[in-house]
Amino acid sequence: MAKKIVIEPVTRVEGHGKVTIRMDDDNRITQSRLHIVEFRGFERFVQGRPYWEAPVLVQRLCGICPVSHHLAAAKALDVIVGAGTGNGLTPTGEKMRRLMHYGQIFQSHVLHFFHLVSPDLLFGIDADPAIRNVIGVALKHKDLAVQGVLMRKYGQEIIEATAGKKIHGTGAIPGGINKNLSIEERDAFIKGIDGNPQLSIAQMIDWSEAALALFKDYHAKHKDLIDSYAAFDSNHVSLVTPDGALDLYHGVLRGVDAHGKKILNDVDTQDYLDHVAEEVRSWSYMKFPYLTSLGPKKGWYRVGPLARLNTCDYIATPRAQKHFEEFRAYTGGKPNNMTMHYHWARLIETLHAAEMMELLLNDPDLQKDDLVVTGTRQQQGVGLLEAPRGTLFHHYAVNENDQITMCNLIVSTTNNNQPMNEAVNWVALNTIDGKAEVTEAMLNGVEVAIRAYDPCLSCATHAMGNMPLEITLVDSRGDVIDSKRK
Amino acid sequence: MSETVRISIDAKEYATEKGRTILEAARDNGVYIPTLCYFDGIAPTGTCRVCTVNVNGRPMAACTTPVAEGMTIENDTPELNEMRKTIIELLFVEGNHFCPSCEKSGTCDLQALAYRFKLMAPRFEYEFSQRDLDATPPKLIIERNRCILCKRCVKAIFADDGKALFAVSNRGNRAMINIDDKLAKTMSDELAEKAMNICPVGAIIKKGKGFSTPIGKRKYDTKPIGIENQVSS
Repeated sequence: MAKKIVIEPVTRVEGHGKVTIRMDDDNRITQSRLHIVEFRGFERFVQGRPYWEAPVLVQRLCGICPVSHHLAAAKALDVIVGAGTGNGLTPTGEKMRRLMHYGQIFQSHVLHFFHLVSPDLLFGIDADPAIRNVIGVALKHKDLAVQGVLMRKYGQEIIEATAGKKIHGTGAIPGGINKNLSIEERDAFIKGIDGNPQLSIAQMIDWSEAALALFKDYHAKHKDLIDSYAAFDSNHVSLVTPDGALDLYHGVLRGVDAHGKKILNDVDTQDYLDHVAEEVRSWSYMKFPYLTSLGPKKGWYRVGPLARLNTCDYIATPRAQKHFEEFRAYTGGKPNNMTMHYHWARLIETLHAAEMMELLLNDPDLQKDDLVVTGTRQQQGVGLLEAPRGTLFHHYAVNENDQITMCNLIVSTTNNNQPMNEAVNWVALNTIDGKAEVTEAMLNGVEVAIRAYDPCLSCATHAMGNMPLEITLVDSRGDVIDSKRK
Repeated sequence: MSETVRISIDAKEYATEKGRTILEAARDNGVYIPTLCYFDGIAPTGTCRVCTVNVNGRPMAACTTPVAEGMTIENDTPELNEMRKTIIELLFVEGNHFCPSCEKSGTCDLQALAYRFKLMAPRFEYEFSQRDLDATPPKLIIERNRCILCKRCVKAIFADDGKALFAVSNRGNRAMINIDDKLAKTMSDELAEKAMNICPVGAIIKKGKGFSTPIGKRKYDTKPIGIENQVSS
């Protein structure tokens, strides 16, 4: 009898999602989909609000990486208040924002690796789910769990020092920033918060290296899993600096195909609408973005750590660059299309973020008082940045009364919608197809593939609600045979 | 020489001057009576009733009631504080107050009182009042969703020729604050700033200024309302 598997909720991801896998009478997969079942609303209810509220209001999309939305909105409004893009701000304005952003990248990547992913790596995909969780990690690998907590704390403290609060701060304002970094704050981050040397920037860099070593050790022992699991060719898109360096805060938009050919040639972020469009499908609240030059069928692309290390030419911090060279050499300099290598790329970025924080903390510009720039008022502005999960687009139009009249958000996870569906499909075809019985380990296998993208499903639909995910098994008449909800 | 009057507040004796209000007398003597619509230097109107005290057993607004010899005043009692809390709660459910994205958050008297009275969850149903926002004044945004009709702006913001810029139109639950269109166009930056600062909530917002004070430096970040005999200002 035909079946439909439903995984609801998908666990250890941010947001609320559901997977459905349909099988025919012979247990062959006929369809697999990742559905996002929350509704959207922010683009609409920000309309009519004073424009300077946007960075504070729209960040409420999420509590995981609100800094991304805070900064992307502020960058779009920089354009509107005439401060321009990128280095149009004062050095203090831009560097404080960068420090905030790298603090956020650091804490978000650490959360993902230590809290969400490490249970799969430490215990195995098929381990007992009662152990395969963050509590299990804390019990069996206490030092690692403590590291994860302290690293995340460090990033959160950086955010508080720059944005005013660990979650949902107000630091970035149109044209700049509302505070600088005091000498006392700077010294604490360099030497150790509250005098604790375990909370110093040097320790963060060392632990980032250690996390990379842990992953590489796992990779060496599980080459098949890491190199082939849910691997598929795709395009890759991210911001890079005009000379090709990895830059998570600002740059030009670059895309490469699965073989490294440039398909988006370093375009100005203000022109994103000429190059990116979104398709709507009836079964998910999350749209499907694609490059207009290639169309919806061939133009979908990956974003996030893997895509970023595929599009950039180098990393401007020495330790991360060393790992980047190894990463690129692994695929002979060609784009890396292995889904599970997202984890490797994410940890290289974690190290890069720590190195960037160190550079910025030692920069005297952070103690200066020239915080805000204004110029000739514009009616529209676009702000892009590389959020932990990928390229984030914010676009606003403002009327003569300072009210927002239009808001368009393309959120990082939305960009990864098609890739995550491809990954789910890969797992369904390769591990569930033809099997009469569907085990918990198989279902976790689906989640492992989704989890590699570190999706933030609530952000992606700009939604409200909590975050469970489910898998459903349905027969050819549409009747639900089996369903697992977490 | 002014005449001395003796009063008691919460069973303590105080000396004050004839002609002072109960609120002024309390402040002179370091006693905090919560206020919301009251503003130093503006004739009190008693619109909000947050400063209600029991005078010889009867509830009266402390901001408008003059002291009299031998007055027995109750201020910091569970019953009065519960009533004040209820007033604050009703104001929250009557308007549409979204503190997370309001730039007066941290300097808002209504929010500060909500913290003082420990408003944890709404007891009353939200009205979801249909109110609009007037963004047409060149220097200001009038955000009626947040207005508590205290009339501070009506009584304190005047053009050079003495004409009031703000007025309340309609009555009852349709009452709303308005600004004179023509006078609004003549407003200086200083007057716009004064209007924003005199508003106890985020109903009057100066354009182009948003969130310039960092978290930690806002009025109530380090000093909650009511500490050191503080009166909202």
